[in-house]
Amino acid sequence: MSLRLDVTRDSMRLDVPSDLGMVGDAVELVASHVPPGTLSPRRISFNLRTALAEALGNAIRYGTGEDPERVVRVRVELGSDYVRIYVIDDGQGFDTGRVPDPTLPHHVERDYGRGLFVIRHLVDDVAFNEKGNGICLTLRAG
Amino acid sequence: MRFTLKKDKSGVVIVGVEGQLIVGNRQELKQKVLDALEEGSRKFVIDFAKTGYIDSSGLGVLVSLSKKIREQGGELRLAGLNADLQTLFELTKLDTLFAITRTAEEALAAF
Repeated sequence: MSLRLDVTRDSMRLDVPSDLGMVGDAVELVASHVPPGTLSPRRISFNLRTALAEALGNAIRYGTGEDPERVVRVRVELGSDYVRIYVIDDGQGFDTGRVPDPTLPHHVERDYGRGLFVIRHLVDDVAFNEKGNGICLTLRAG
Repeated sequence: MRFTLKKDKSGVVIVGVEGQLIVGNRQELKQKVLDALEEGSRKFVIDFAKTGYIDSSGLGVLVSLSKKIREQGGELRLAGLNADLQTLFELTKLDTLFAITRTAEEALAAF
């Protein structure tokens, strides 16, 4: 299954099949089309890639249940000094306020539960839609 | 993205992670390490010198592997983290869970 990225001067659109094996390719496709100078190469190569992989992985695992018939929508706004990425699934959403702190001593040895924590530290702003099935990641220059 | 496994002369398994360790490939890494554990290896170094990024699923696999290796009386060490990855381990407090060295050679010397 191939991915098709639609790119304009100030936006990108990508529908990703609900298959965890597609996450890496989807991330590379988006990251490689962020115009030079929008964000530093380091922020593109680490912060953007990691945060997008997290958001896509969560949407595919928990939002669309790895059902290959369903897709996760990625929409990107490209500003002169920011990149805003929306990742939206068609699932029931989740309560983002009920995610425990993975750094608490009795949580550190868990092999799950770090995704949202990692995202919050990698991007400048994180927002969710009301239903909890869409996340918006904003990375700014600087 | 690929994983390489090699064994040094003292029997330590060195796993190289090229590209990324994420939700889409974490099971492949896990299976390779568990196979080596099953075959009797007990000392492991995962070398991230050629790794671009790791997501939380990748971190989770490292935690899981560390537990399984310890249960068998073995040890897992991590090496070669770049500055961003090192920060990720510190933020998540996973730097308290793993023995981390600058290079794979230093990890081997510490066994």
